[in-house]
Amino acid sequence: MASHDAHAHGHHEDHHHHEEHFISKYIFSQDHKMIGKQFLMTAVFMGLVAMMLSILFRIQLAWPGESSDFLSFFLGEKWAPNGVLKEDMYLGLVTIHGTIMVFFLLTGGLSGTFSNILIPLQIGARDMASGFLNMLSYWMFALSSLIMVVTLFVESGPAMSGWTVYPPLSALPQAVSGSGLGMTLWLVSMTIFIASSLIGSLNYIVTIINLRTQGMNMTRMPLTIWAFFVTAILGVLSFPVLLSAALLLTMDRLMGTSFYLSDIIVGGEMLTNHGGSPILYQHLFWFLGHPEVYIVLLPALGLSSEIIATNARKPIFGYKAMIGSILAIGFLSFIVWGHHMFVTGMNPFLGSVFVFTTLLIAIPSAVKVFNYLTTLWKGSLVLTPAMLFAIGLVSTFITGGVTGIILADSALDIMMHDTYFVVAHFHIVMGMSAVFGMFGGVYHWFPKMFGRMMNTRLGYAHFWVTLIGAYGVFFPMHFVGLAGAPRRYYDYSAYSEFDSNSFELMVDLNQIITIFAIIAALGQVFFLFNFFYSIFRGPKAPQNPWRSTTLEWTTPVEGIHGNWPGELPTVHRWPYDYSKPGASEDFISQITPLEEGEEEH
Amino acid sequence: MENKLIILLVIILGAIAVAQLVRIYELSSKLRKNEEHEISNRDNNLNARMMFGFMLLFFAGFIYLMTAYGWTGRGSAASVEGIEMDWLLNLNFVIIIAVFFLTNFLLFYFTWRFVRKPGVPAFYYPHNNKLEMLWTVVPAIVLAVIIILGLQTWSNLSGPSKPEAEKIELFSKQFDWTARYAGADNTLGLYDYKLTLDNNELALLTTSTIDSSLNNMLNGPTGIRSLQKLLNNRDTVYSDSTMQVLRTDLSRKERLYRFLTQMKENHNPKLDASAWDDIIQKDTLYLCKGQEYEIALRAKDVIHSAYFPHFRAQMNTVPGMATRMKFTPNKTTSEMRDEKNDANFNYILMCNKICGGAHYKMKMVVVVLDRPAYKKWMDGKKKATFKDQYFPVAAAPAATSADTTAVDTMN
Repeated sequence: MASHDAHAHGHHEDHHHHEEHFISKYIFSQDHKMIGKQFLMTAVFMGLVAMMLSILFRIQLAWPGESSDFLSFFLGEKWAPNGVLKEDMYLGLVTIHGTIMVFFLLTGGLSGTFSNILIPLQIGARDMASGFLNMLSYWMFALSSLIMVVTLFVESGPAMSGWTVYPPLSALPQAVSGSGLGMTLWLVSMTIFIASSLIGSLNYIVTIINLRTQGMNMTRMPLTIWAFFVTAILGVLSFPVLLSAALLLTMDRLMGTSFYLSDIIVGGEMLTNHGGSPILYQHLFWFLGHPEVYIVLLPALGLSSEIIATNARKPIFGYKAMIGSILAIGFLSFIVWGHHMFVTGMNPFLGSVFVFTTLLIAIPSAVKVFNYLTTLWKGSLVLTPAMLFAIGLVSTFITGGVTGIILADSALDIMMHDTYFVVAHFHIVMGMSAVFGMFGGVYHWFPKMFGRMMNTRLGYAHFWVTLIGAYGVFFPMHFVGLAGAPRRYYDYSAYSEFDSNSFELMVDLNQIITIFAIIAALGQVFFLFNFFYSIFRGPKAPQNPWRSTTLEWTTPVEGIHGNWPGELPTVHRWPYDYSKPGASEDFISQITPLEEGEEEH
Repeated sequence: MENKLIILLVIILGAIAVAQLVRIYELSSKLRKNEEHEISNRDNNLNARMMFGFMLLFFAGFIYLMTAYGWTGRGSAASVEGIEMDWLLNLNFVIIIAVFFLTNFLLFYFTWRFVRKPGVPAFYYPHNNKLEMLWTVVPAIVLAVIIILGLQTWSNLSGPSKPEAEKIELFSKQFDWTARYAGADNTLGLYDYKLTLDNNELALLTTSTIDSSLNNMLNGPTGIRSLQKLLNNRDTVYSDSTMQVLRTDLSRKERLYRFLTQMKENHNPKLDASAWDDIIQKDTLYLCKGQEYEIALRAKDVIHSAYFPHFRAQMNTVPGMATRMKFTPNKTTSEMRDEKNDANFNYILMCNKICGGAHYKMKMVVVVLDRPAYKKWMDGKKKATFKDQYFPVAAAPAATSADTTAVDTMN
């Protein structure tokens, strides 16, 4: 450790005295803080694209078949002739919306941004274990993002088989036009994305294990770091399986293999593929797909733990139980994937096993929720925008989580599977929660990222519009789903032929949902303006704006290369000494030594 | 065109408005003294009250949606299994709605109640093992109940059907459904996708259908012979890519032909009878009230999902793999029409797995009749079996052995 310190210190001195070149500072940077910001910027852009796509297809769902100038403006005559969205493009929009949101915003954007910025700063390291690999990870992410956006402009359309791209639909261009070049590019993009994610995750794991500063035991790490740590392990173990799924799919598409194809006649053509199983793909996909949910969610929970403790001015309740539940969720997430496949014809006994393991996840999740509630209890809450988002996250985690109990129950999943009830469930528990965690993280650590403060009032406006707008979108969807509406339908008008009551319900609710979606989308202007404006002209941030205990607030505000001038700090206590009785202030930094007779937590 | 211009204008004006906002904000921030990281008590209390207010709004919205829409869409279950599932669903809903109200209430109440008050410090309370044990054990017990009840229902639903269940096959392709009733013997005839022809869309396996497939593969308009003729035609010059396509097509068809020949060798003609009496039914699926159905599912091209929302039944149809489900309708269509007070109501079979552009149109009307009416309908159908409709005379083998030899020598 000492030799590392000496080395890193020398390294830091080397760079301190000369100006870095623009390219090495802002573009091909190997500094974890800059790379984190690059991830954030890319993710904000990708998030905007995906949100825009959702507005386009929401217009079709609320006013099916009506001509919309908005649609023809963005999609042109090819995909929205006379302002009416084409069926194929509807599926394309849904697919790319899902792909970007899940992988590029919530995986790359959330874990990529905050793991990069916070891991070295909160464990007391000069930088990531490998700055070069870290840079590589970002640039592969940027390249994959670019390719994914480009697929929208392919002549035969983007991938159109849903974000899960189940074969045979995704394997056969004869079945849907998007399964041609669009699907090929989707696979190329995802392959690069997976490589990026793997390199990043390995780097995070190595950094957390090896580069903790003196005194930073595993049980003195902030919960954010624990969350990033488990997230990275999940990524390393599950993403390669997605890569193998994608590879086999590519081979089926291009080389005539039959991993997923058997006994198919499509477009009048009798294929000779025999012996493959489309269900194999689903097993491989969901072996990643379910841990992926927690890859998205755990960082958000980690960030909100930190934000809630800081702004409640209280230690997080049950620190060890929180770590235990992160580990339990991480472990269980690997043995529950079959709950996505109850109605695929999987052996019913296997289904029973997955019911059992899936419902077990509710226990650590409940522990986390009650621990958050107890942290708020008798606190002295400071409602910063970040704190509001973190509390919002707890609400969405509950609201979306409880419906998971119904979907995990195979007997009930039979009627709920692939309806809007599922869409409501995962948008609230995964989408809203993760996005709220991300916004909370941005508002909370913005001073650390850019050395400036964001505007609080605009932050409040942003929070309220987002909370009301997003719940307004996803809450009514439960009722659309209870009425039986299948997801990924271009139009529900067919209901008028056989069930007029359900039809009226769907028309009403779909319009309400779209209106809320437009409001929530417009609300993001508050954020974008606040974010970009504050980067350049926000007021200068003080050293420790939120009066927090963790190490990142002991680094200089301007964010120097190597993070700390001089020696790395030594850690003497856990990160949650807020309002400790007998202390002069309501927070004690981790670098403050224990006083005589003072007991460590 | 005009409207596009307006949209463009709105975007440009929006950008200008934002730029103006920046300037106003800059000026006002100079006037303001308080710093962004100091949250004033006024802001703090305002947000705390808004959080509590939001909770009330949220709960009221939920209760409104529940009363207005909670049961209209779902309707009552129309199958014996559906009644059991609905009971379980309602029980689960009671539990999760209680948890939803309790925890959300505590969350927003605490936010409002424990907002910072000058002079009141936070209570240092890092852990309490008893409390933590409490909220590990109580959810575990509740979940144990949910799991046990859920698995009981699941095993009832996914278990084998009774021997007297009537067998039906649902065949799915982009973008419609075809039903096949097992006929008088209640045994579905076997099938093989390679036998698919215009007069045998469901690829049923009989001696005659094998023969006509062999014949079509060899002599049909795009069969092996016509492809060979095209490729060997010295009067016409094709581009390399066309030649490549034709050659690939030919080799594919030759392989299929060999498979069909093997099939013919191994076929047991005794199995033909079970296919001949099957009844193929399009457009509308007729079912009988009180009759259990064992449904076999099949897909021709991509994955589809047979979804009967009113019977609470769903199962994917997977190419190359047999899946099944069962259910027992317990209300006729007219009974349900009376109950819903909707004379145009019909049960429906929908596709619930994304399967291409017209996915949303892929459906089949389902009519549940009482037993006498069903029997009458079925008696009418028994004169229109697969054999009656497509092979009224059990056709003599069309492909002669000489043809077969010809292909073999060509290979």
